[in-house]
Amino acid sequence: MMKRWQVMKRLLPMLAIFTLLLAGCGREDLSVLKPQGPVAQGQFDLIKLSISIMLVVLVIVFALAAFVLIKFRRRPGQTEMPEQVEGNFKLEVIWTVIPLVLVLVLAVPTVKEVFAFGEDHSNDDNAIKVKVTSHQYWWEFEYPQYDITTAQDLIIPTNRDIAFELKTMDVIHSFWVPSLSGKLDTNPDGTINKFSFSAPNEGVYLGKCAELCGPSHGFMEFKVKSVSQESFDQWVTAMKEPMVPIEDVALAETFKNQCLTCHAVGDQGGSSGPNLTGIGSRETVASILLNSDVAGEYTNPVEDNLKEWLIDPQSVKPGNKMPAPKDLGLTDDEINGIAEYLANYKLDY
Amino acid sequence: MDWLTTVDHKKIAILYLLGGGLFFGIGGIEALLIRLQLIKPMNDMLDAQTFNELITMHGTTMIFLGVMPIVFALMNALIPLQIGARDVAFPFLNALGFWTFLFGGILLNLSWVMGGAPDAGWTAYTPLSSSMYSETHGVDFYTVGLQIAGLGTLIGGLNFLATIITMRAPGMSFMRMPMFTWTSFVTSAMILFAFPAITVGLVLLTFDRILGANFFDVAGGGNPVLWQHIFWIFGHPEVYILILPAFGVISEVIPTFSRKRLFGYSSMVFATILIAFLGFMVWAHHMFTTGLGPVANALFSISTMLIAVPTGIKIFNWLFTMWGGQVSFTTPNLFAVGFIPTFTMGGVTGVMLASAPADFQFHDTYFVVAHFHYVIVGGMVFGLFAGLHYWWPKMFGRMLSEPLGKWTFWTFAIGFHMTFFVQHFLGLIGMQRRIVTYLPNQGFDTMNLISTVGAFLMGVGVIIFLVNIIRTSMKPIGVANDPWGDGRTLEWTIPSPPPEYNFKQIPLVRGIDAYWKEKMAGNTEMAPSEPVGPIHMPSPTILPFIMSLGIFIAGLGLMFSGEEFSNSFMSLIFNNWIVCGLGLLITFGCMLLRSLYDDHGWHIEPEELEEEGV
Ligand code: HEM
Ligand SMILES: [Cu+2]
Repeated sequence: MMKRWQVMKRLLPMLAIFTLLLAGCGREDLSVLKPQGPVAQGQFDLIKLSISIMLVVLVIVFALAAFVLIKFRRRPGQTEMPEQVEGNFKLEVIWTVIPLVLVLVLAVPTVKEVFAFGEDHSNDDNAIKVKVTSHQYWWEFEYPQYDITTAQDLIIPTNRDIAFELKTMDVIHSFWVPSLSGKLDTNPDGTINKFSFSAPNEGVYLGKCAELCGPSHGFMEFKVKSVSQESFDQWVTAMKEPMVPIEDVALAETFKNQCLTCHAVGDQGGSSGPNLTGIGSRETVASILLNSDVAGEYTNPVEDNLKEWLIDPQSVKPGNKMPAPKDLGLTDDEINGIAEYLANYKLDY
Repeated sequence: MDWLTTVDHKKIAILYLLGGGLFFGIGGIEALLIRLQLIKPMNDMLDAQTFNELITMHGTTMIFLGVMPIVFALMNALIPLQIGARDVAFPFLNALGFWTFLFGGILLNLSWVMGGAPDAGWTAYTPLSSSMYSETHGVDFYTVGLQIAGLGTLIGGLNFLATIITMRAPGMSFMRMPMFTWTSFVTSAMILFAFPAITVGLVLLTFDRILGANFFDVAGGGNPVLWQHIFWIFGHPEVYILILPAFGVISEVIPTFSRKRLFGYSSMVFATILIAFLGFMVWAHHMFTTGLGPVANALFSISTMLIAVPTGIKIFNWLFTMWGGQVSFTTPNLFAVGFIPTFTMGGVTGVMLASAPADFQFHDTYFVVAHFHYVIVGGMVFGLFAGLHYWWPKMFGRMLSEPLGKWTFWTFAIGFHMTFFVQHFLGLIGMQRRIVTYLPNQGFDTMNLISTVGAFLMGVGVIIFLVNIIRTSMKPIGVANDPWGDGRTLEWTIPSPPPEYNFKQIPLVRGIDAYWKEKMAGNTEMAPSEPVGPIHMPSPTILPFIMSLGIFIAGLGLMFSGEEFSNSFMSLIFNNWIVCGLGLLITFGCMLLRSLYDDHGWHIEPEELEEEGV
């Protein structure tokens, strides 16, 4: 008994160091190992528990293996036959029971957490409801309580439960914000997956599609932007404002005929493409062209990104469903004009 | 020609080895291309479509056409020898199984040159794999090719079952069978239950794609999640179909090179059966994030974790086999000993994945890629390398070079850990799998670089192994019956390579590790259980080859039945099902021929046996 405690004493600092190591890993807005909300935290606790148990198993097996391999090497000149042992009932029972106990230690919190995660918040009046619809290769976010729809950047208020309902328009995708919560698939068969998370801190979190969905699967990212309640309210108001028109009449006409058949801006347009209201203040264009006005290695102003996208959408996101504006008959000037207009379409919040 | 008509299990084993080796090489090249693409962020060496084709073909090829046939090579080479039989139960079927596998594999790989490889992942989830979203013939190659190859596997599995049940030498009760035969037996039983599931799935998907059925199409009342269930009801047992024979190999190699009998033989047998049984109960752990609900997730979590128990039994039994023995580090044993920690690591991450809420974070990330490569490469491929080095002298009558073997081990093992260890962390810091590239500054760059370098080191290991094989094949045949000196089972009692009939006289088995038991009693040979007499041999035949060719043609015909060719003759023969019909005609014709024409085989007479002076 004493001896076993000695072993534990040696293991504990190791576990502590290991936890620190894990926690040092990756970006805060992306890493599973740096959870930024209660749901991800619960999952991370389970991960820590399971890693700890498994490390104990590994240490035992590795130590035993090292011992055996060093101690029982065949030495030169050894000719006598070793004793042929059949087995040992007691030992075998021991190493059946110990794994069983370890599994039990992991199974109990697992089951607890499974049911916690399965809780349905969709009838909770306090929760913000968001209907997520995935498309090849972009994300649509609808807020039925506010009657607004946006795409790519999911804006949420801090500290509120966000109750999600997930579905897809085409193939299976999977909705994943590593630092806020584990992933859940968007199924095409009418079964709507529901779950929820909340973000206590303001910040931008990276989200990813985690299910192979075609050539641009790797580019199907999104952002979750958690903002204060006031900002969120402002954002909702701004989203509901009517469209800011383009001044140049001819360009406005082109925009309306060629772009708004699919995209919506403010109160105008269709819904088969991503909603573009306030795209100038989004984090990215097409989810992988990161917008950044800061001078330096990664300066990519929104306007440049928009132009890059509009000039050749297929080269940015192969296989995506948007027709190239050139094929629709837009001239370079028109493309530049639209890019400029959209880049300046910012929302105040 | 000899090789096209052979029905000898030893030659078929070599054919499987060649075929499996070929596809393993192709799959390996695909893996290296994938890794090369991921070496740095925003790399554009490959385009996204090609990348998806590569991951799909890499996974499919490795699992169905690479390691599976190499397992079958070992099973074919050894099961009859280990149980003291002259061949498998149905030599004709054995040949047929090989040829259908080969033609299925060729069909699948033809997709590279015939207008698009499959691109929906080796799991081919619908609707991505439906003709709506995967418009080339790629997935047709996948469904049809795998059906044909799967037919071969199923035939092989049935044959091994029949062989092991009916053809054991006198005295070899089930509880005296060598562990490799045991695991092969259980594996074959799993094939029997698992492969029909995937076949049904593939047939349904073929119907959807080629004939416009609606099994998985929501608009037509179908259900895509159904595909996931069908796929994983096969897919999960499949990974145990792969790993169990490796367990068998390890259980043979470790005792030999520790000079001790296997610790806890009966618990090993029991654990094997339990793993097989549980293997069928846990398929939905691949689907935790599909949204099955908390009850299902909880149940599948727990049943999955339970597999750790029999697996643990095995690991400790191996360790205690070495305890008190005299462990020598030959190449086969290096791989076997290397297997233990590597597989254990794959196993523990498996238990971590089993915890459903944690899996919401792990699923479809590089953590999973790391996990299953630890199990499949660190477990199964290490096991195969151990088995190949161990039995090479028996199969070919020549010893592989030990120094080269050790180089293979060290480069491969170090490369392996470099490649896959860091992937655990890549997954945990947010890198999803199956992505063609990634943005810089996410913390992924260095680890991906390490991973790629490691992959090439593994490649070096494989090349050293090939060099070893080529060098060895220059040497003359002629190693002793028992070249390692400590062989314990029946295959080591006969010459290397064994004569066509294996055993001049079927041996009498007096205990576990039959040969070793005789050695301990001071005998150098097995006691025979029958007098020397004429040995009945099956005749060689080309029919299995032609039958498989027929199925191959029918498959092509089916795939292109709806194609619009620019050439009117091609349209005529494909669109009117003429090609498909012709293929089937060939196959059924061969069957008819086989039924009508009675072939009694031939005999090797006792005098000839004496002449060979065995
Ligand atoms: C030379 C050693 C190998 C390397 C470097 C390697 C590397 C890779 C890589 C980079 C992926 C893609 C991960 C992704 O983005 O999805 C992958 C996937 C995969 N590998 Fe390997 N692999 C190797 C050997 C094997 C072997 C021997 C097997 C099986 C017997 C195997 C089975 C698979 C499977 C099933 C997939 C998943 C494919 C899919 O996503 O559809 N690999 N491998
Ligand atoms: Cu996706």
